[in-house]
Amino acid sequence: MTRTRFQQGMDELKQKLLMMGGLAEQAVDRAVEGYRRRDLKLCNSVFESESAINRAERQIDELALDLLAMQQPMAVDLRFITACMKINGDLERVGDQAVNIAERGIELIGLPHVDLPVDIPRMAATAAGMIRRALEAFIAGNADLAEAVLKMDDIVDRMDDEVYIALVDRMHNNPEITQQALDALLISRNLERVADHATNIAEDVIFWVRGADVRHGGDHFKSFSSGE
Amino acid sequence: MAVGIKVQNLKAWFGKTQALHGITMDVAPGKATAIIGPSGCGKSTFVRCLNRMHETIPDARAEGNVKIGDTDIYGSGSSAVQVRRRVGMVFQKPNPFPTMTIYDNVAAGLRLNGVSRGRELDAVVERCLTSAALWDEVKDDLKKKSGASLSGGQQQRLCIARALAVEPEVLLMDEPASALDPISTSKIEELIFSLKQNYTVVIVTHNMQQAARVADFTAFFLMGELIEMDKTEKIFTTPSNKKTEDYITGRFG
Repeated sequence: MTRTRFQQGMDELKQKLLMMGGLAEQAVDRAVEGYRRRDLKLCNSVFESESAINRAERQIDELALDLLAMQQPMAVDLRFITACMKINGDLERVGDQAVNIAERGIELIGLPHVDLPVDIPRMAATAAGMIRRALEAFIAGNADLAEAVLKMDDIVDRMDDEVYIALVDRMHNNPEITQQALDALLISRNLERVADHATNIAEDVIFWVRGADVRHGGDHFKSFSSGE
Repeated sequence: MAVGIKVQNLKAWFGKTQALHGITMDVAPGKATAIIGPSGCGKSTFVRCLNRMHETIPDARAEGNVKIGDTDIYGSGSSAVQVRRRVGMVFQKPNPFPTMTIYDNVAAGLRLNGVSRGRELDAVVERCLTSAALWDEVKDDLKKKSGASLSGGQQQRLCIARALAVEPEVLLMDEPASALDPISTSKIEELIFSLKQNYTVVIVTHNMQQAARVADFTAFFLMGELIEMDKTEKIFTTPSNKKTEDYITGRFG
């Protein structure tokens, strides 16, 4: 065996996770683009993406569980597989956020168009960029790159706060656009959650590579950085 | 009562071949400490130095400082027999005295130490077989069956009961479950878990999952040197040394 078989299993796990990451990223892009272009077909296509993401989630969980049971990995390998399982969960949730955005987009298509003082595409580009970078960090096993993702989370949080203030103000002054503003507010909140999932993924990469738990601003384990 | 072990600069040789190159480590009292490492790394030699068994091999010698509690076991005036009474040992292959009954196997050590009163022996035999999780399985055959008539797993627990009978403070186990099936292994592991409440346990194992399951601390040996010792969960999730990581992930050798 068995080291070779184990390595093949780990490679397969990584490959499947990257494919799933691609699907999740694409789902967010489609949902935001559907919102921007008021394109019902594009919005509806997100539901298909979500089904594919859910299938991938189950396959990845199954593969990870098999590797844990059959190979009893230790140390860096154990950290890799547990990180994969957590990243898997986060990517599935990114898919859910894309669906939420698409649903709001569909609702907005059925309402009169109004110009709102928010730049959802810019916020989406930042959040999706975080997912992309977190996955790049995962591909390369690069904890420095993952750290850069953590710093980007503040930018998206700030954008979300600005959207909230601007939209509440607008609703106050123009109550007739409340429904549209609420939908935009929810989309902003969904994108903020996408950024949170990207942050989680980056933290999992750091844990895998360095053995350091940086969640909630802490370093629970002593750093082990020779894997970089 | 469980005592700690303090090892300083322990070196051991087989003839001219040096097997241990200055090991320094502390074994915590009342805890299980696992020694892991590839074949020939010195882990069995190390534990055999902890009860002066190493020196029983022709041409073998050890030097350094080993304190069991406050006693320097290699100090002048220390007797190997007394050390072995305080530090019991269980080997890879169960080795009950084949011609003795189950009862006599457990009582043998006490009899050697001059205890011969029936009631006292009965009580110790029951206590030790109970501690070794074997009492219920053998209580009706104590004086009818020989130790050798038991299954491998039962024999190993009998050997543990025999070791406990002389009330040691430390229990050394050299791959105690490697010749046993998974159910017997599981019983031995359960036993180690309960024994460490009263004894200091040092277990040599090739099975890393076993070390992870039973040990509070794990030490990794390589080529006669202690590479790393830490809490078991730290060793198996985030070891500090690359050599440890390579070994436990199978990238080594």
